Formats: sequence, C-alpha cells, structure tokens
Amino acid sequence: MKTLVYAEHDNASLKDATLAVVTAASQLGEVHVLVAGSGCGAVAEQAAKIAGVTTVHVADDAIYAQQLAENVAPLVASLMATHDAFLAPATSNGKNIAPRVAALLDVMQISDILSVESADTFTRPIYAGNAIATVQSSDAKKVITVRGTAFAKAEAAGGSATIEAVASSGDAGTSTFLSAEIAKQERPELTSAKIIVSGGRALKDADTFAATILPLADKLGAGVGASRAAVDAGFVPNDYQVGQTGKIVAPEVYVAVGISGAIQHLAGMKDSKVIIAINKDEDAPIFQVADIGLVGDLFTVVPELVGKL
Amino acid sequence: MKIIVPVKRVIDYNVKPRVKPDGSGVDLANVKMSMNPFDEIAIEEALRLREKGVATEVIAVSIGPDKAQETLRTALAMGADRAILVVAEDVEPLAVAKILAKIMDEEQPGLVILGKQAIDDDSNQTGQMLAALTGRPQGTFANTVNVSGDAVHVAREVDGGLQTLSLKMPAIITTDLRLNEPRYASLPNIMKAKSKPLAQKTPADYGVDVSPRLKTLKVVEPPVRSAGIKVADVDALVAKLKEMGVAA
Repeated sequence: MKTLVYAEHDNASLKDATLAVVTAASQLGEVHVLVAGSGCGAVAEQAAKIAGVTTVHVADDAIYAQQLAENVAPLVASLMATHDAFLAPATSNGKNIAPRVAALLDVMQISDILSVESADTFTRPIYAGNAIATVQSSDAKKVITVRGTAFAKAEAAGGSATIEAVASSGDAGTSTFLSAEIAKQERPELTSAKIIVSGGRALKDADTFAATILPLADKLGAGVGASRAAVDAGFVPNDYQVGQTGKIVAPEVYVAVGISGAIQHLAGMKDSKVIIAINKDEDAPIFQVADIGLVGDLFTVVPELVGKL
Repeated sequence: MKIIVPVKRVIDYNVKPRVKPDGSGVDLANVKMSMNPFDEIAIEEALRLREKGVATEVIAVSIGPDKAQETLRTALAMGADRAILVVAEDVEPLAVAKILAKIMDEEQPGLVILGKQAIDDDSNQTGQMLAALTGRPQGTFANTVNVSGDAVHVAREVDGGLQTLSLKMPAIITTDLRLNEPRYASLPNIMKAKSKPLAQKTPADYGVDVSPRLKTLKVVEPPVRSAGIKVADVDALVAKLKEMGVAA
C-alpha cells in the first residue's frame, strides 16, 4: 500500500506533528510525504531525511502559502490517484484539510486514530475519549487523521527520500488569506512539551494567572496550558486550551493547578505519564486521575513550590 | 439571505457516557439528550446575523432519528424560522454532507453554519465535506464572523492563534467555542416554536445513499487511570518531583 502523509509546516521548517503521522503511515505501507507550501524547499529537504520516507512530493506555489483547504484539497485528491491512503496530523490544519479531501474522493474519513489494527481497521476515541471504537473502513482509499500523542515519532534523520516537484492545481479563487495573529511562544509548544503546567478558573484573572502559573512553568521549563473555563474567561488565548475540543497533550508530567477536572478537560490530558493536581477542593474529580495530589490553596502552595524548586 | 444551520441530537454535555457491557457501543437508553453544544453556537450566530439585518431567514436542519424533532424545536424556540428533519438513524458525516448539499441546492442559502464537531462521534468532518461537495469555501473553527458585501470574513482558531480569511459567499462556516454564548429559549418562544413549520423528509427524497462506509467492530472503555497518592504539603511534593527527576 502506498500512503501519502501531509507535512505540517510553516514554509520554513517541518513540524514534529508530521513525525508521528509517518509512524502511523509506515504501519500501512510505503510512505510518501506531501509538502504543499510557498518557498518551502527547506521543508522538503527536512521531510526527505525522515527515516522510512521514500518520496517527498513538493507543491511549491504562492497559492499554497497559507495552505488554504480550498486550494490544497484538490491537489491532494489528484495525488490520491496513485496513493491508497492519505494521512494528516489531527492538528487544526490537518482537521481543516483532510475531510475536504475525503469528500472529493467520496471516502468516509477516519478521524483522530490511536492505532492501526490492520490495513482497513483502526481505533479512535469517541465521546471525548470516554470510549474507544474499533472501526473498519470499506472504502477503497483511506483518509485518516492521526492523533500525534498516540504514535512514536519517526526519526527525523537518516532517511534519503527522492524529492519530486508536483504541478500546482491552481487557485480555487473562493477564499483569500487576510491576516494572522500567531502568538510568539518562547515556551515549549503544548503538543510537544515534556512538562506542562495548566491553570483553571481558580486563577481569577489574566494577571493572577500570569503571576501564579508562569513562574512555576519557568522553574520547570514547562509549556503552559489552561482549562476551557480559564480560556473562556479570557485569562489566556484560545490556543492554550487543553481538552476535548482544544489540544490533546500527553507530556511526561502534567501539573493541573486550580482545575477541577471536567471530563472535557480530562479528555485532553489523561494520557500524560504523570499527573500532578493542586486544588483546594479535595473532592475535585481531577484527584481521581492524578498520580500525586496536593489539597491546598494554590495561592499559597504554588509560590511556596516555586520557592522550593 | 437565508442561513442553514444543521443541528444534531447528542448525549447531553454533562452526562458521562457509559460503554455497553457487550462492547456494541455507548449506552444511550434513558440518557439525557440535548442539542450538540457547537450547534447551539451555530444557531446563535445565525440568529445574530438575522437580527443585524444580514440574514432574512434561519432554517434549522437535522438528519437523525424521529426524536431529533425535539432538537429542532429547541432551535425553533431559540429563534430559527423553520425546520427540516431528514429521518435516518446513525448517518455518517459524508452522507450527512451529501444530504445537506441537496438542501443547499433547494434553498440557496448565503451561509451554512455548523458546529465544528459533534460531541458523540467527535468526527469534525461534516462542514468541510459539505464545502468540498458544493465547491464552496470553508471557514472552520470560527471565532468571529463578519459579513461584508458578498464575502464573509472568518477569524479561525488555529493551533498558534487566529487566522482570518475572506470567503466568497455562499460559504460554509463551522463554529468554535468562543464564537458566542448561545441564548436560552424563553417560555413564550418555546410555546411559539410548537407552531413553526417543521418539514419531514427522508434520505430517499434527496436521492442520497446513506449506507455506512465504516463498521464499528467494538467499543471499549479506555484504560482506567487510578487515583494515586495525596501528599501532605509542598515539601513532600518537592521530594516527589525530585524523585521523578523533574526538579533538581
């Protein structure tokens, strides 16, 4: 089986999310990677070095600069004439593009897979991860998004794939990019951070959140996350949200501060290796999943912890 | 301009789903069902566009069991003008998108606003698929929606922050959590909703084959995480962190 992996990148460098997808794809067959972008030659070079990748298809055109689904999906659909499975990371970009590809191919997508059971059978979470379904696809071609935390990352070095240019599929002309507000993060990205410190509604407001959570994150070299309640209340931007509808994370250590542990939040972090919870309510559901719990007022506990680390 | 808003009847957001002992699925017998939360946000956005004078009519559509009528009545009580129920059980996103594409043909809306995902199957596909089938642009995971002439500007929640696109209408929008706070239906509006038009259809009326492409072989509980220990104070926590090598 020939697979086509969608490369996650920003035209300058390849994102780690791609590596887990390569691992999933390698369980199905031969791995090709598609780099669609503008001035993305360096990304293609990086993709060619991933262990296990045999061919990198590069579509380098100004119309792919923002990877708009209207322009990328027809490109992928045409490449699928010579591939059997399309796999994209379950990132906001992958989730935007893959279903558009699936519908163009008249294929029912399999979203957010956790494992490859066989060439046509996969497991995936449903009901916010409260159940795991094993599903079998009867479509001739497969369209899949992959949960990054469920697969090991392929080696980023050691491969020597052939790089092939692909002709542009043309501008669909229905959508244009206006602007982006991308927060500059000096901290580790949530989906690849080894340690994450997350804050909840108990942090009161944006200033208190920053004054309490950030020093702890700095001490631990951690990424910063938040519960939906904290994001909705405007303490932090939306891309901090961990949960069913936010980011799915699985760090080595997840520190939940002032987070009660709604099922929608647990869905986003319960695969973390070690969960540490600090909460003043000893009956908070977060303690049911925490490996280490500390019952106490976070406004005294967290500064003390920062002082003693 | 018409706006179509598809809505799905799903398990209530606050109910913890239980897997059936025989592994055939999630037990929905005697469980509280509600409108998918993202779809409530979609209805709300459509109503606001109508209230601003941008839209003239809001049509709620559900593809689901008979009981999805209740979900449509909720949409009507919130303020939708009329509803269409396409009666079918367990229809996959691809088939839902095909039916919606036919309804778009008939109704010629300027916008279709959908929830970004349903909280039961967590697929996150229908809006994108509908956009593909109709060849229309998509503004997924919308944080802000502004109609400007024959285009709609959508600020999207993406991994690093926000991305704003201009889409030529008709366009497909899927809602994220922070687009708006849906209103509650008032009692008089709930009463009024009972007399609003609700058309009943079948997939065959639209000539769409809804046979599933995916077969669910089994459904199991995820591995259970058991509660660990509680430490008495910060010193004990620091000691644990050192043990794990997290702190020096």
